[in-house]
Amino acid sequence: MAIIDPRHAAKQLIYERIFRALTLGAAVLVLLILGGVAISLARGAWPAISHFGFSFVTREIWNPVTDEYGALAPIYGTVVTSLIAMLLAVPAGFGIALFLTELCPPLLKRPIGVAVELLAAVPSIIFGIWGLFVLAPVLQRHTQPWLIAHLGHVPFIGNLFKGPPFGIGVLTAGVVLAIMVLPFIAATMRDVFDTVPPMLKESGYGLGATTWEVMWNVVVPHSRVGIVGGMMLGLGRALGETMAVTFVIGNAHRISSSLLAPGTTISSAIANEFTEAVGDLYTSSLIALGLLLFLITFTVIAAAQAMLRRLERGGFAV
Amino acid sequence: MNRRALRKAKNAAFLFLSLVATMTGLACLAAILWTLLSHGIAGMSWHLFAEMTPPPGSKGGLLNALYGSGMMTLLGILIGSPIGVLAGTYLAEYGRNSRLSTVIRFINDVLLSAPSIIIGLFVYEIVVVRMGHFSAIAGALALAILAIPVTLRTTEDMLNLVPVGMKDSSAALGAYPWRTTLSVLYPAARSGIVTGLLLAIARISGETAPLLFTALNNQFWSTQLNAPMANLPVVIFQFALSPYKDWQDLAWAGALIITVTILILSISARVILALLQAERGSGR
Repeated sequence: MAIIDPRHAAKQLIYERIFRALTLGAAVLVLLILGGVAISLARGAWPAISHFGFSFVTREIWNPVTDEYGALAPIYGTVVTSLIAMLLAVPAGFGIALFLTELCPPLLKRPIGVAVELLAAVPSIIFGIWGLFVLAPVLQRHTQPWLIAHLGHVPFIGNLFKGPPFGIGVLTAGVVLAIMVLPFIAATMRDVFDTVPPMLKESGYGLGATTWEVMWNVVVPHSRVGIVGGMMLGLGRALGETMAVTFVIGNAHRISSSLLAPGTTISSAIANEFTEAVGDLYTSSLIALGLLLFLITFTVIAAAQAMLRRLERGGFAV
Repeated sequence: MNRRALRKAKNAAFLFLSLVATMTGLACLAAILWTLLSHGIAGMSWHLFAEMTPPPGSKGGLLNALYGSGMMTLLGILIGSPIGVLAGTYLAEYGRNSRLSTVIRFINDVLLSAPSIIIGLFVYEIVVVRMGHFSAIAGALALAILAIPVTLRTTEDMLNLVPVGMKDSSAALGAYPWRTTLSVLYPAARSGIVTGLLLAIARISGETAPLLFTALNNQFWSTQLNAPMANLPVVIFQFALSPYKDWQDLAWAGALIITVTILILSISARVILALLQAERGSGR
């Protein structure tokens, strides 16, 4: 018969309180980090915001010599490169998810799934040098001349494909971003498709539907919210991606009607200029860019998470 | 009959496109790996691990960058992972259904996908500006903040996989939750938590953007934590964009080293997970 030593019990209770407080503190720290990011960026950006006011986001000028800064060109570059990335990566990611859930022989399912996830693990700087030294020359020699020759004279969209094929530029950045976010979109969509009850799919097949018809009329409507959530998650990644874009976008602070021209994005402007920025207003303007990026990506990622949250929590941090 | 043929053709076309998409994705991975191997293998020699990053136009190695990356990654994990593990423990054990936990889970998932350059700016504001100069410790802090969400998420998921019976048995013996967590739950979820650590190391060891304005770079050998420190990603960034052939070769060699390291870490994390699932499936 064990006898409970009151001193031992009291000590246990103290340890319990300490451990509980430690875990709670660590959990709350996560909230504090996000709050700290918002507050410190807002503080750092304040000189620029108070000096330029709202015109900061509407002006294209970016001139360290006259100390005048506007965020329109980086915002434009960020939005356009991300849109190109989504246009390419969403259909491709959908295709990969379709292949993995419906078409792939079971034996290959795992290796191909892992390969796609490994593409997500490759650091962004690697995409950057690969994009600059391998992809950009290929686009410059083959894809861009073709686009200029065939689409350059089409009314309306022709302007997007005018000018010399630089190789680096907005289009190339969009293509590199597409490859980078592809695994995230594909993996999320695959996980979402896997949550569709087999019964529903079997019913479709039982009615004589083809694989594609089951996919388009049963699986897609059922996993609508998850698909949009996966797309938004990919978009959030694309908007904030830094190093890969910095290598291939050409870093020119201007808005050009052609997608083949060099441009800049919020994140690549910060990465390129921050350590070299002299003067408080210059630094503060770059931090203001960071604050903008934070607000944009936070909104997109939070919306994505809210949508994916409706589905079962499962799988791993991709 | 015609309509049926059309439907079949449409089906075949879309399935073919999905095959093409998968092949394209795999081809991208293959192309990147091939490029790294073909450019990087030439620069592989013992010089890499014995000499410092050279001035332009001369040969050298990556020793100071390798040391700096290793050091800052290690520090980042040492600071970040205990926080992630403890916070994950809170979410899985103490505050499983509380409203606070729901908010923290949500914020954590947002941090998981947040742009790393923002974290770099944050650490610049709170550490570099205060200290007045760039430093290795600032770089390590930025990496630690990036490691927290990964370890938190895996720890919570892994603790949730531990059978409730084990927890109940421990409680029935009179153990407080802290004792149960340390003596029963952590050992039971050990390989899962290690997987989280591997994924976190893989995530932070290739990060460049958060180091650009925290640790900066250092051309020389330095072990001082309150001074700028060389690191592989920033050296690759600088050298790859330079016009000097020697620097570019070093950048490719560094890129190969970093990618191989990260792929090995990611693959081992997945192997551990697969073994774990197999064990759980058979030994019930």
